[in-house]
Amino acid sequence: MNSFLKTAVAGAAALLVAGAAHAATLDDIKKAGVLKCGINTGLPGFAYTDDKGKWTGFDVAYCRALAAAVFGDPDKVKYVNLTGKNRFPALAAGEIDVLSRNTTWTFSRDVDLGFTFIGVSYYDGQGFIGRKALGVKSAKELDGASVCIQTGTTTELNLADFFRVNKIKYEPVPIETNEEARKAYVAERCDVYTTDASGLAATKTTFKDPDAHMVFPEIISKEPLGPLVRQGDDQWADIARWTLNVLINAEEYGVTSANVDKLAAKAIDNPEINRMLGTEGSLGAMLGLRKTWAVDVLKAEGNYAEIYERYLGTKTPLGLARGLNALYTNGGILYAPPMR
Amino acid sequence: MARNASAQRTAGQEWLRLWFDERSRGLIYQLLVILGLALVVAFIVSNTIANLQRAGLASGFGFLFDQAFFDINQKLIEYSSTSTFGRALIVGMLNTVLVSAMGIVLATAIGFFAGILRLSPNFLLSRMVGAWVEITRNVPVLLQIIFWWVLLTGLPKVRESLSIGDSIFLSNRGVRLPAPLLEPGFEWVFVAFLCGAVAAILVSHWSKRRQNVSGERFPVFWAGLALIVGLPALVYWFAGAPLAWDVPKATRFNFRGGFNVTPELLALWIALSTYTGAFISEIVRAGILSVGKGQTEAAGSLGLRPGQTMRLIVIPQALRVIIPPLTSQYLNLTKNSSLAIAIGHQELVSIGGTILNQSGQALEVVGIWMVFYLGLSLLTSMYMNWYNRRIALVER
Repeated sequence: MNSFLKTAVAGAAALLVAGAAHAATLDDIKKAGVLKCGINTGLPGFAYTDDKGKWTGFDVAYCRALAAAVFGDPDKVKYVNLTGKNRFPALAAGEIDVLSRNTTWTFSRDVDLGFTFIGVSYYDGQGFIGRKALGVKSAKELDGASVCIQTGTTTELNLADFFRVNKIKYEPVPIETNEEARKAYVAERCDVYTTDASGLAATKTTFKDPDAHMVFPEIISKEPLGPLVRQGDDQWADIARWTLNVLINAEEYGVTSANVDKLAAKAIDNPEINRMLGTEGSLGAMLGLRKTWAVDVLKAEGNYAEIYERYLGTKTPLGLARGLNALYTNGGILYAPPMR
Repeated sequence: MARNASAQRTAGQEWLRLWFDERSRGLIYQLLVILGLALVVAFIVSNTIANLQRAGLASGFGFLFDQAFFDINQKLIEYSSTSTFGRALIVGMLNTVLVSAMGIVLATAIGFFAGILRLSPNFLLSRMVGAWVEITRNVPVLLQIIFWWVLLTGLPKVRESLSIGDSIFLSNRGVRLPAPLLEPGFEWVFVAFLCGAVAAILVSHWSKRRQNVSGERFPVFWAGLALIVGLPALVYWFAGAPLAWDVPKATRFNFRGGFNVTPELLALWIALSTYTGAFISEIVRAGILSVGKGQTEAAGSLGLRPGQTMRLIVIPQALRVIIPPLTSQYLNLTKNSSLAIAIGHQELVSIGGTILNQSGQALEVVGIWMVFYLGLSLLTSMYMNWYNRRIALVER
């Protein structure tokens, strides 16, 4: 009996250890044959379905680039649509490998929630949209207004801060998704709707009469949006981080989806490009990936500028100028570390 | 040596005897099953705890004392974005209790009313109520909540509010009502009300006793009304009407002053009350039908009017059948109130969800939810069981 008990305890302990053993995320993804990427439930420009019902957009493009880095095939992605509320539990529980869902990089999310933000893909700030007929010129005049917000976002916190600091009152109308918040605003359940400025631009395009609404000049917060992964697997975080950096560096070096094949054919007299595209050095091997991983990343949706212009730029309904999101060489703050 | 061997044999025989005895064998089986179950549970629990700690998902309840940083629009106690997560949860719990209590009162009223109408000899009336019951209880309650919310947010815009006497305003932002401002002296009105209520109860007891003895009746209803309403009104008038009203006034965006009942709370209240009310009406109908026809006939032959028969003979007997299923309906209503999240009424699940997201303490928040709903449901059951025992038929 005694030895049986010992065996049972040992067996249970072994099972526990097996359950706790940490498999590398990259191996898991390769085994699954698909990258599980968490995206928005629907936000024009960032994550939306095209006329064929396929998910597309700025955040989706990053998922595709990352899948290309891992598999060489941008289509090996399984999209998981997440609300502001369930995105973090989904990532923490391993339901997704990476979260690319216009998520603000904050101290507590990075430190306390146990995630690793791998960079900033979009520099944003929170703004307000309201009807022109209200005659309001500034958010500071909103004393007594009803404000629609999406729950579980940094937006909700900034809003409370803004009204507290300016000592004005408001009625918060908390709503679960962007889509429902938009409906409530259209029904005039609230006077203004607040979210990230990019989201306001996106939402405005869906109104029947976009010209009857205006975005107030105040930007009340810093919202650096970017992808994030679980803390504790540095290799996977590195792959995610440098996939984003490749997109930004490629714009700086002038590598596009159109010329990447030609540039990657053989080493040219630009060592930065050569190292990135794998014709010199062994950056891919350091990440545990193929030599040509960055070529695949860029062939997925192009470099940062191509992705931006396709989904958010001035030629799209959103019509967002590059602004802060221009390269540092063009007056923005977009800056990626060197490929060396 | 030999003695030892025989002792061993008897021990072995003792075991065999235990095994071949049906009763003790059954006991052994049960012990083994319990032991196995306990092992499995212990394994699952320890494994879960280990994995949660590894994933950094569970880290205690200390977060309840952190600052919340978010606002809540409908609150019964003082709360601002500088309050703690713990206080935000209490605000949520109170909002859940508020809507559940309001829902239970209205659902009971609707249920009894509809249940009695359903039995009305008037064909048209009973069929119409029947149709309403079937529709209401067969459409998912979530859809009904959204239906009422869409209907209420479809009311006139706030700047075109419907007003009743320029003091009550109805718009798609809810119902704005004047708020009473109590002035010094009003406490006497309150005292008068309490005295009146106690006196009314005493009078009703006295009149019942007197009727039992002498058969004489006393107008209890009118006397009670005079005591409960008349007495405070008199005191109010003598104290110089110590009550002012904070009447809402339109401002640039919303109304200022008075208090606002949001369309979310209204939609939730109406939807939960009508949905549960439909079920209750069926329970009431079943309860009334369970009282033998002879009881009604006997009451009629004693000269009681139909209203009196219902009130004095049928309902008290029907209640015995009605109360137990009624308790389940109250519990359902309380739990269904968590569907408020669909329309943004900030009760416990909605606020807890926000806290869960801002603090990342998923398990702790879910634990609090479960404990709270369990506690609330147990309290409701306890009260209803007590009431049930009280009205049980006492055989003499």
